Amino acid sequence: MRWWTRSARLTKRVSRVSYEFDFAAVFAAWPELLQGMLNSLVLSALAMVIGMVVAVGGALGKTSGPRPLRLMIDGYIELIRNTPFLVQIFLIYFGLPALGIRLSSNMAALLALVVNVGAYGIEIVRAGIESIQKGQIEAGKSLGMRPLQIFRYIILKPAIQAIYPSLTSQFILLMLNSSVCSAIAASELTAVAGDIQSRTFRSFEVYFVVTCMYLAMSVLFWTVFAATERVFLRKATR
Amino acid sequence: MRELGPNEILFILAAVRWTLLLSITAFLGGAMGGVPVALARTSEFRWMRLTATGYIKIFQGTPLLMQLFLAFFVPGLFGWSVDPWMAAVLGLSLHASAFLGEIWRGAIESVPRGQWEAAASLGLHYSPKMALVVAPQAMRIAIPPTIGFLVQLVKGTSLASIIGFVELTRAAQVINNATFKPFTIFALVALVYFLICWPMSAYSKRMERKLLIASR
Repeated sequence: MRWWTRSARLTKRVSRVSYEFDFAAVFAAWPELLQGMLNSLVLSALAMVIGMVVAVGGALGKTSGPRPLRLMIDGYIELIRNTPFLVQIFLIYFGLPALGIRLSSNMAALLALVVNVGAYGIEIVRAGIESIQKGQIEAGKSLGMRPLQIFRYIILKPAIQAIYPSLTSQFILLMLNSSVCSAIAASELTAVAGDIQSRTFRSFEVYFVVTCMYLAMSVLFWTVFAATERVFLRKATR
Repeated sequence: MRELGPNEILFILAAVRWTLLLSITAFLGGAMGGVPVALARTSEFRWMRLTATGYIKIFQGTPLLMQLFLAFFVPGLFGWSVDPWMAAVLGLSLHASAFLGEIWRGAIESVPRGQWEAAASLGLHYSPKMALVVAPQAMRIAIPPTIGFLVQLVKGTSLASIIGFVELTRAAQVINNATFKPFTIFALVALVYFLICWPMSAYSKRMERKLLIASR
């Protein structure tokens, strides 16, 4: 750093004792922020959908697969759950090219999120599968229900009821976690914040606004998920 | 370009102490904040419960990375300049206080109602009731999820690298920039985190199962 920029920064720091907020510079960049928010949502939704495929496959493998497969799935779960997401994303984005697999930062971010949420999803889905008791299916048969009815009312609905809350909170965790993807410059909300900050130097204002945007997304999803649970997955009153 | 030799590996491994120190400091800070949050969350006054719930929701509804950024920039508004270490400790402590508060609320509420009533009928006021009757029973239930959260916290310290604090992940990045052996370096770092976190997760899982059996 040259001496004059340093002294300029020093003056700035001293004058900051009475800080003047400037949110206008941040709000001027609203199209970028909105695009970043949209990208974060798309990235999270894609990762969740693909991650659920991994989770269902993994859960089936874990409950009814051969022993070596079960051990491998266990290893995958433990490895992902006990290492930071940031290291996982670095390993995928910087490490894989060394093995000849080169991914764009957005693809690497998506892959890292899928790998991560898949591990947590397996345990959730497995709990759902195990929550269905054999006696319930037999009871359905003895009531004369057709196989499709049994699947719909006795297997699918209770299983979804059982895993819906953990699955939705997992999605919100995933959406918040996607902010870490800015570390490899994937085009999502936190990376947009970094861009605006380096252009306007209004660090506090930018990160405050973006934090509020994340909070708004979380609140929206909490509300929507709770409402859908109340309306569609209401448990029979006992 | 440097070679990835024993010195470089040692530099990375030595940075583990910063990861551990940050985790412990943030946990202690979080525990100090978590107790009042849990007590407010279970308070008989509605406004205290609401305030505590709001506090918890703010931390549960925003990314940890954003919390760290704000911990880095907010003190500047008051004219205090903080270094990355202080910002990381501040951010992670506040984060931990919200999550531990919520975990401990669950533990406090799981103490059977009869115990509270028994304490009240013995004439115990709030502090002795909490300290002598509720806390000892809640603590037993709280240990497994608290250790589970500690794993989250250790993993969370890796984000301090983004605000420039040199811990394990940042040290690995520094060495990677000089040697460019990303796969080896980040696999090594992942292994180190795994060795710290896995015993704690395994212990927490086992204890949880034990408590589940005991409560049947």
